[in-house]
Amino acid sequence: MTDEPRPYTLIAELTYRCPLRCVYCSNPLELDRHRRELDTATWLRVLAEAEELGVVQVSLTGGEPCVRDDLEEIVAGARRLDLYTNLATSAVPLPRERLERLRRAGLDNVQISIQDVAAKASDEVAGLASFERKLEAARAAKEIGFPLTLNFVLHRGNLQRIGEVIALAESLDADRLELANTQYVGWALLNRAALLPTREQLDAARHTAAAARERLKGRMEVLFVTADYYSQFPKACMDGWGRRFILISPDGLVLPCHAAHTLPGLSFENVRNRSLAEVWGSSPSFARFRGEDWMPEPCRSCERRTVDFGGCRCQAFLLTGDATATDPVCSLSPHHHAIESARAEARAAVPASFVYRSMKAAT
Amino acid sequence: MISAASRPQLAAKARLRRDRRTDRLMILYPEKGIELSPTAAEIVRLCTGENTVAEIVERLGASYATADRATIEREVLDLLNGLADRCLIEERS
Repeated sequence: MTDEPRPYTLIAELTYRCPLRCVYCSNPLELDRHRRELDTATWLRVLAEAEELGVVQVSLTGGEPCVRDDLEEIVAGARRLDLYTNLATSAVPLPRERLERLRRAGLDNVQISIQDVAAKASDEVAGLASFERKLEAARAAKEIGFPLTLNFVLHRGNLQRIGEVIALAESLDADRLELANTQYVGWALLNRAALLPTREQLDAARHTAAAARERLKGRMEVLFVTADYYSQFPKACMDGWGRRFILISPDGLVLPCHAAHTLPGLSFENVRNRSLAEVWGSSPSFARFRGEDWMPEPCRSCERRTVDFGGCRCQAFLLTGDATATDPVCSLSPHHHAIESARAEARAAVPASFVYRSMKAAT
Repeated sequence: MISAASRPQLAAKARLRRDRRTDRLMILYPEKGIELSPTAAEIVRLCTGENTVAEIVERLGASYATADRATIEREVLDLLNGLADRCLIEERS
């Protein structure tokens, strides 16, 4: 791969509507501003334009993509373009008949999120009784012949059960298990005090995941997405701004990541009146954090600038008020104290209650 | 472990597609893709679940007159076991 920006993946956020109210949802807080959803025809055009730009994968996500009645049509459109399609779903609502229709439409992979290993804890995080339905959908997906990914978001309340999480994934015969530590943007940042684990919790979980990865090699792919609050260096967010991904919000904004539209001072084009090629090639918003010219010190002269691309712009903004700052997760950042004090709070383990995701903006 | 007698096939979650930019074959799977070299592409395309590794080596040997059979077999097994570890190739049961 060359370093020229080239999109491989389109993240299609079909809706922000979702029956679940997960406390760590990565959607923006002000969901209500994006209610005017794209219609089927526009999504089909977007898929074709994306494929022409070089996209080979589509992630159908949200919100909950299954609340859209035209999901099958969108999947079929992607399949006609020979795009690899992944459905990221809460499995509510996802009855067996719908899975069968999606299979016929050509969906490649089903990814179901599960919040914990037992109904009570899972439902508490989701804000809805949904655990049993998720297991039913996972079993049905496998019976129909789908490859199955299970996604567990990890936090201080469930990290100690990671061994049981892996056992549950094995019992459901999952092909792929994503153990994803919470990323503290969106609703998760609002709930950070209730979610952020300690380093000891995290290290123990990482150890268990590594052993399972070795044991299950060739049978189940086990991914452990690290918690960047305990990393020395930031994550390569989206593999770099406007470099490999295009994300379309439910109302049609063309974005470099899930939360770019919450950054101040940037304006994003809409697929209703722009082509993807135009946006990818010449939008000032996509150019804004591409390459290295925008970088401040310590990134600018750092040898890791081509590895992590300065980290996450949204995290930088959320924690420093400045979207051009080095990601504070980096131990070299002048704002790193923001991370250190969050870690200290996690050690102190002050009890905190959940703020649930809702379409109305949280305060 | 894939051996000479195995009949390898692409895993259920993986799909092949030609890349429109590079014209190379890619293995696509959830959230990822691997671009294959022309030789790797030829090997993976023969992993239909019908051919044994030995037969795949035979087919390749015919078009690569310069390499000896043992070398080709070792390279094919290395590639396929690497992909099997990542759950992209499996033995047909």
